[in-house]
Amino acid sequence: MSGSTGEAAERTALEVRGLGRQYGRRWVLRDATFRLPAGRVCGLVGPNGAGKTTMLEIVAGLREASAGEARVFGEPAGGAQARQRVAFLPQEKPLFARFTVAETLRLGHELNPRWDQELAEGFVRAGSVPLDAKVGRLSGGQRTRVALAVALGKRPDLVLLDEPLADLDPLVRRQTVAALLGEVAERGITVLLSSHLVAELDTLCDYLLLVAEGGLQLAGDVDEIISVHRTLTAPTDRIPTGPDGLPAGLEHHTVVEIHGDQRYTTALVRPGGPVGGVWEDSAPTLEEVVLAYLAQNGSAPLISPNSYVPGVGSEVVK
Amino acid sequence: MRYYIERRRGVAAYQQIVEQTKRAVRAGALKPGDRLPTAREVAETCAVNPNTTLKAYRELDRDGVVELRQGVGTFIAAAAADRSHAPAAESPLYAELAEWTGRALAAGLLEEDVRDLVELALQERQQTAAGTARSSTDKRNGGRG
Repeated sequence: MSGSTGEAAERTALEVRGLGRQYGRRWVLRDATFRLPAGRVCGLVGPNGAGKTTMLEIVAGLREASAGEARVFGEPAGGAQARQRVAFLPQEKPLFARFTVAETLRLGHELNPRWDQELAEGFVRAGSVPLDAKVGRLSGGQRTRVALAVALGKRPDLVLLDEPLADLDPLVRRQTVAALLGEVAERGITVLLSSHLVAELDTLCDYLLLVAEGGLQLAGDVDEIISVHRTLTAPTDRIPTGPDGLPAGLEHHTVVEIHGDQRYTTALVRPGGPVGGVWEDSAPTLEEVVLAYLAQNGSAPLISPNSYVPGVGSEVVK
Repeated sequence: MRYYIERRRGVAAYQQIVEQTKRAVRAGALKPGDRLPTAREVAETCAVNPNTTLKAYRELDRDGVVELRQGVGTFIAAAAADRSHAPAAESPLYAELAEWTGRALAAGLLEEDVRDLVELALQERQQTAAGTARSSTDKRNGGRG
């Protein structure tokens, strides 16, 4: 399905090598290496404190890396050329409560040489946000839409969104996602967004990065990530114990995570051979894969071929 | 054409688009020359990633169901008409199924149960067919020996 010559030739929006950030003695992001092809919508997931916001800030040029580097369309993150092509929307939307919506867009216009007033205004109007309303009086969903309009109005090639959907109700979330994806379709922009809403990522994102305590755990095309995993289930009392004391029948697979109770045991694996014996297998959902990687201890990172940066090592899936 | 993408079904969104398009063609709801919605339209109505829609359209193109016309749009292919079972919707078989579905729902079955039952019946058919095929092969081989 993937890995065709067309995809191999995809331009790179973001390339990150050995990226890390230290706060005092603590590393929140460590040795992250991946590439994000242009035109993708990439979800960035991970537990609190794993460095999602830090990564976005480094790519946006708002924070220095302690180790490694990030390049945006080939230019060093934080440099003038990279910053022109990037828009960053932090979790606390940077809006002035006493400005009207129109004044907010005007400010965007004044500050950004590439500003697209038609796009920004259209994006706000499509959400039925009155242009003369004070920002401080808008609902959470309307504020998010205005902040997104300002980000998109800069005509960025890469949009970085930190938890853009966190404080929205499900309906507004869906409307916001639909509007954002419409712009992606129209302009071919690349989106990197952090989110805790794992269940909603599968229709929103086609690319995924998962960071945890141990660093980058997953990077790659969503369909590809799902296709190399299987969910195995068996009645717990029927699973024989193998020579190494682990459940038998899993020896040939990379076991990402396994859990169970007295009745059923479920394992998420990367199969290394045929699945058999007492195990029933099925295709996992993206949510199952993400939850398994979040629960494991960092022993089985997976970097898929099209997010692999040559010469910087981690396991590669063939 | 409007897609309905379910989350958490364990079926990738692009596969759902492929299946729903093929189903609409089979049912005659989509005819040769009909234009499918653009990736942007699907994104704005279904909140689905445009790359997902494009991936589905590429697969439909490979299967000969649609034609991708660069810069114009995606259209149901002329050859797709052969796959259409439009008369099926008007056949007594459909009437029976519709009536049976009504009874199943009235008996308290969920939509999911109804689909499961149809799946199960199809699977049993396939197994029976496979069994018959095997036994007839055995007979032929036996006859030769």
